[in-house]
Amino acid sequence: MTASGNRPTIHEANQLLKSRKLSSVELTRACLERIKEAEPKVHALVTVTDQAALKQAEAADKLLAQKDNHNPLTGIPVLIKDNMCTKGVRTTCSSKILENFIPPYDATVVEKLNNAGAVVLGKANMDEFAMGSSTENSALFTTGNPWDLSRVPGGSSGGSAAAVAAGETIYALGSDTGGSIRQPAGFCNVVGLKPTYGRVSRYGLVAFASSLDQIGPLTQDVTDCALVLNAIAGYDPRDSTSVPHPTPDYTRCLSAELKGLKIGIPKEYFVAGIQPEVEAAIRTAIDKLAGLGARIDWEVSLPHTSYALAVYYIIAPSEASANLARYDGVKYGFSYKETDNMWTAMEKTRQHGFGAEVKRRIMLGTYALSAGYYDAWYLKAQKVRTLIRREFDRLFEKFDALVTPTSPTTPFKIGEKTDDPLQMYLSDVCTIPVNIAGLPAISIPAGFADGLPIGMQIIGKPFSEETILKIAYAYEQATDWHKHKPNL
Amino acid sequence: MKLSREEVLHIALLARVGLTEAEVDRLSEELSKILENFEILQKVDTSGVPPTAQSIDLQNVLSDDKITPSLPQSKVLTNAPQKEGNFFKVRHVLE
Repeated sequence: MTASGNRPTIHEANQLLKSRKLSSVELTRACLERIKEAEPKVHALVTVTDQAALKQAEAADKLLAQKDNHNPLTGIPVLIKDNMCTKGVRTTCSSKILENFIPPYDATVVEKLNNAGAVVLGKANMDEFAMGSSTENSALFTTGNPWDLSRVPGGSSGGSAAAVAAGETIYALGSDTGGSIRQPAGFCNVVGLKPTYGRVSRYGLVAFASSLDQIGPLTQDVTDCALVLNAIAGYDPRDSTSVPHPTPDYTRCLSAELKGLKIGIPKEYFVAGIQPEVEAAIRTAIDKLAGLGARIDWEVSLPHTSYALAVYYIIAPSEASANLARYDGVKYGFSYKETDNMWTAMEKTRQHGFGAEVKRRIMLGTYALSAGYYDAWYLKAQKVRTLIRREFDRLFEKFDALVTPTSPTTPFKIGEKTDDPLQMYLSDVCTIPVNIAGLPAISIPAGFADGLPIGMQIIGKPFSEETILKIAYAYEQATDWHKHKPNL
Repeated sequence: MKLSREEVLHIALLARVGLTEAEVDRLSEELSKILENFEILQKVDTSGVPPTAQSIDLQNVLSDDKITPSLPQSKVLTNAPQKEGNFFKVRHVLE
């Protein structure tokens, strides 16, 4: 193994580990070397847990030597977005207010990966509290897109996506509230899945918008995505919104054949502001799906799409304003000490602890929930949310999946949209409706424009991860976009 | 939709977020612009449409009335900015 950017996928590494051609320690060292080499340029990691990672790798090598039927993730390095609690390891949410927070427990997903014998390399940079679309809202530092370091990696799981693309890790976990896994996956040419709301436990995920947040994998290919979902999906009594449905083996559905599948193309996702190269690439990709046997209907409509952005930016900030009320400087996190007055302490703690976008959303949400405005804004947004959900429900009576671009543009320049919050919000216009309706969706590599990646989004019915993985896999088998790696 | 400085200060008080003068001005402008864009919501006919609070059909999830282990006090207090004995230390609430 060298420190170059080319890393095996999970399933490739698993074969190498099983046949003893590679040890977990060697693989982990290669990732840590690559981190040393790439981090001065990419800045994707908030914390590197190199010593703990090597210990986990040694333990994994022992496990691998003992038995053959180990978990496919055993001994394989992973990076965790810094909003998931890791016992004894700083979890900052890329915020000043949690800069020194050390959780006393693991998030369920982290516990599951540890139990599977995974090697945790560290924690990934993100937009502060997952609020953003470019990772520029990190209060710690800005992450560069490995494909062009002057551009953003997307967000909010930008560190996770950039690190996978740069070969610093084999895969990563992210969280997605309005596109925060899929949009950075699209921007960095990796695979990113947002499972159905309720599919993966959020216990130990720092809450942003509780009716929308979901954890999912960012991987180098679709097979890896299915393997990680196998490990993290399932009911958890510690998250009362996780569903008690059985979880299938998600690798079973992967086949190169799409005959009989009906795919709708909602026309509202191809208008206003879409970059022509993105539209062309996605149309070509859809033709490819047709060539693989899928039946495509180009005349599908989701007329309430134009309201989704407004619905999201009322509901998500409202929930955030309630969730973030816990940061009062008393129980944990940054605390303003130069006063004896309780209210002053609380206000100053939050003034200095939160960045501009977090304050903006707390203010927006507090306004939408305040007396006199609740009905006109929050309740109204919740009702339009119902209409958006119903529209998807109706389409899914006829179609197995919907296909759209992941984002209307390729990665934009660092600093290009930071002065205009609305422009930044528009970057999530294709991904937000999916969270509003609680659906599963995946972004996969689907082409390039001027050397910058383009992502295709495949949306499924609730709990139909198998269908979208199948479509994604068939497309991946017929193309080689996912094999392109950035020159760092 | 125009959010005045006074309204911004009122919301900041409700949210307990301290703001500088410059932040008040900027937020007044930014929030006004954002809300103006979101006014399109008011045009949607939602008569008879129930609100959606979350997207799955789970309701009233109950757990068994069973004692299970939780974090010990010492662990819960490890991140406390100020503590005294087994307590979080807070400022005077009642003057």
